[in-house]
Amino acid sequence: MFTQHTVRSFDKELNRLSKEIAEMGTYAAHIVERSILAIMRDDQKLAKQVISDDIFLDVAERKIDEEAILIIARRQPMAVDLREIIGAIRISVDLERVGDMGKNIAKRTAVLSDVRQTAAFYHGLEDFAALALKQLNEVLDAYACRSLERIDAVREHDDEIDSMYTSLFRDLLTYMLEDPRNITVCTHLLFCAKNIERIGDHATNIAKTVHYVITGTYPALERPKDDQTYRLEIGKSRRIL
Amino acid sequence: MNCFSKSYLKSLPRDIRLKQRYRAEKRFRAYGYTAIGIGVFFLTALLWSIFSQGYTAFWQTSITLPVKLDVAVIDPQNRRDKNPQILITANYPVLIRNALAEKLGIAIDDYIGLRELNHMISPSAGIKLRKMVLDNPQIIGSTQSLTVLAGADIDSAFKGKINLTVSEISRKISNRQIKWMYKLAAEGSLYKAFNTGLFIFASSSRPETSGLGVALIGSFYMILIVLMFSLPIGVATAIYLEEYARKNRFTDLIEININNLAAVPSIVFGLLGVSVFINFFGLPRSSSLVGGLVLTLMTLPIIIIATRSALRAVPISIRSAALGVGASKIQMVFQHVLPLAAPGILTGTVIGLTRALGETAPLLLIGMVAFIANYPRTLMDPATALPVQIYMWANESERAFIERTSGAIIVLLMFLAVINTIAVLLRRRFEQHR
Amino acid sequence: MSSELKIKMCGLDVKVSYGKKRALHGITLNILENKVTALIGPSGCGKSTFLRCLNRMNDTIEGALVTGKILLDEEDIYDSSVDVVELRARVGMVFQKPNPFPKSVYENVAYGPRIHGLAKSRVALNEIVEQSLVKAGLFSEVKDRLHDVGTSLSGGQQQRLCIARAIAVSPEVILMDEPCSALDPIATAKIEELIDDLRRNYTIAIVTHSMQQAARVSQFTAMFHLGNLVEVGTTDTIFTSPQERRTQDYITGRFG
Repeated sequence: MFTQHTVRSFDKELNRLSKEIAEMGTYAAHIVERSILAIMRDDQKLAKQVISDDIFLDVAERKIDEEAILIIARRQPMAVDLREIIGAIRISVDLERVGDMGKNIAKRTAVLSDVRQTAAFYHGLEDFAALALKQLNEVLDAYACRSLERIDAVREHDDEIDSMYTSLFRDLLTYMLEDPRNITVCTHLLFCAKNIERIGDHATNIAKTVHYVITGTYPALERPKDDQTYRLEIGKSRRIL
Repeated sequence: MNCFSKSYLKSLPRDIRLKQRYRAEKRFRAYGYTAIGIGVFFLTALLWSIFSQGYTAFWQTSITLPVKLDVAVIDPQNRRDKNPQILITANYPVLIRNALAEKLGIAIDDYIGLRELNHMISPSAGIKLRKMVLDNPQIIGSTQSLTVLAGADIDSAFKGKINLTVSEISRKISNRQIKWMYKLAAEGSLYKAFNTGLFIFASSSRPETSGLGVALIGSFYMILIVLMFSLPIGVATAIYLEEYARKNRFTDLIEININNLAAVPSIVFGLLGVSVFINFFGLPRSSSLVGGLVLTLMTLPIIIIATRSALRAVPISIRSAALGVGASKIQMVFQHVLPLAAPGILTGTVIGLTRALGETAPLLLIGMVAFIANYPRTLMDPATALPVQIYMWANESERAFIERTSGAIIVLLMFLAVINTIAVLLRRRFEQHR
Repeated sequence: MSSELKIKMCGLDVKVSYGKKRALHGITLNILENKVTALIGPSGCGKSTFLRCLNRMNDTIEGALVTGKILLDEEDIYDSSVDVVELRARVGMVFQKPNPFPKSVYENVAYGPRIHGLAKSRVALNEIVEQSLVKAGLFSEVKDRLHDVGTSLSGGQQQRLCIARAIAVSPEVILMDEPCSALDPIATAKIEELIDDLRRNYTIAIVTHSMQQAARVSQFTAMFHLGNLVEVGTTDTIFTSPQERRTQDYITGRFG
């Protein structure tokens, strides 16, 4: 998008920063993917692997942080460069949190293993996770090519996540009503869903950051908070059913 | 292949010709020393030849004699009360000759001896004695101690300027005169005294009574005129051209002409002086006024050029600073630029003045090469200048004039040295105020 | 821009040419009262030329032709009724290289008030000199050296002396043409601090090559390029999200 800097090593540093963000994004998505897989397949080994792999994201976040601060100190970036670097710091924080969400999901594998239910219980979660991950990947792609159109497109899909979360919430609530023995598994699955919903939020945050990096302004705060589950209650859910 | 790559550079034979470069530098320095050496040699030779010949001009051989003011010689008929002309026309040289003859024990009838004695004394001696008597006629009849100048040949011989070993016929001074000279010197009545006459006397055909008096006054007047006219006109012109005039064809033309004027041979200025000042304005020939004006014309371009370059050398930042606080242009020029340019202007002025002081050719044309026996009282009176006087003396054939020529050159050099010293001191004062 | 901001100086379609070379192609720019306006842009972009138009210093350059209007309090300073000497007393200037007069510190500051007749007495003049030096943050450093030659001060002190000299004639606007380009960082910081103080009483326009400096000292920034005004806006906007590509490229070091 931009011509080169007069100081070419500055370009190299900025490029490395965004490459590291891209790698971190891929890795964070991978962790979430595998944590869902561990739950679906009841794979304890994979879950442990995921939990221990999260450390790489922490390291990557810290590395990006240090590099960004160094660049600021050394180059005193202005305008788009400054936004780029601040963007990188923020995105890395979001991605690290996404990793934490994945880790949290993986941690629940062990408990869920004891109260294993039929596959139908998990399908909703799997689809929901797939949607959130698609959202995250699209944001990361948009960031990689600095495309404002794609970012705006991604933000259009925010509603889908919200509505899917609401319906998943309702499903799990229904399972619990049907049989109190489902409460343990469903509560854990609810937390997983909440985590995945958080991943969607982080993806939205990243989208906003990318919008700022590209334009220098934040997107208008047109949408109220998305999570509609606070309105759901047992009676109403039954009525909806 | 990249011609700056490390491996490529390493593969080159590493010969950066250090030795040749240093040798070239040494050679160049040697040329410099040689040039300076030659310059110093010729300067020394010049100064040595001038000073060795000229320093004796500052001493003059004098003879002190008791002169008997014999009434029988001055006023044999004793009619001086009725006819004052008697005292003027009286034969004073005889009195002095007789006094000298008495002192040396020469008989009154030794006519050859008496004639030789006459040659030992400057003709100015008679005039001096006459003046003494006219001032105070009461002394007639008494014996007075009188100091008179020795004749030019005796003076030269006493200073060793005449080769006394050649045969008597081919030299200007006889064996007897030499004998008398040494006798008088041994008695202490013939001796060398400081030659104040060199600075005071006007022109004369006799070397021992000629001096630089008129020339010094003339040169002083001319320097004064040059300073009075060329400094204000020159500086004003330079300021106008440099600070006010628009740069266009016309000012370019003026600038070129000023630069050319500085290179015009000085004799041309002399011609200009004759046609403009003497023929057109009708100013008197040979006067210091005309001389000064001609030299002013000559000095103007030098001062203008020096002043312009001095003004140009004042940093723009100072001008901007002055204008920036709201100084008007004239305030900027006179309160900031001119003080900073003063040392440069001064240098240019001194160069111009010294050139004017040493100039001969234009003065010859306006008739300042003249035998002038009276001091110039005003600027309109005929005068000569130091270099012109040197030129005139250099044309004389007598030995004693050669000595005086060198003496006059020394005086001229001193004059220049004094002006330069004053300039250096002034310059230092200006620069301290920065 | 809120309504309380007053336009102190205003250039309207200012065009400048030196001989046949056009240096400014019609600049329209406001300088707001009691604000610091920074003019930035690559070398030869015309920012200094524009600055020098504001107190008619271009008049001194042979062959410079200025067209358009420049208003100072709604009065055209290029109007024939305006006296340039009076204008320069109202619009002072500080130059790139510290250029104190080769006179004493005192004389440097006293010169302006003296030629404009601002002090009625010796005591009043002393007062002006002292106040100017105090405002320029120099008084404590030179109070024992008032009669030393101005050029004997350090570079930063010399530049503050030049600011004191400009202040001494009580200008309304102070123009600064790269005032820190010859100074070390500490001296620069002192000048920047001073600019911030001066803003309360004066309107300041500053040309600078240092983006950081423009960002630090100014409230408004105008970006020049090739004799054109590319962009003008609050410094906050210009240095975080400029609208023009050329501004962006220049302040991030991508030019050329």
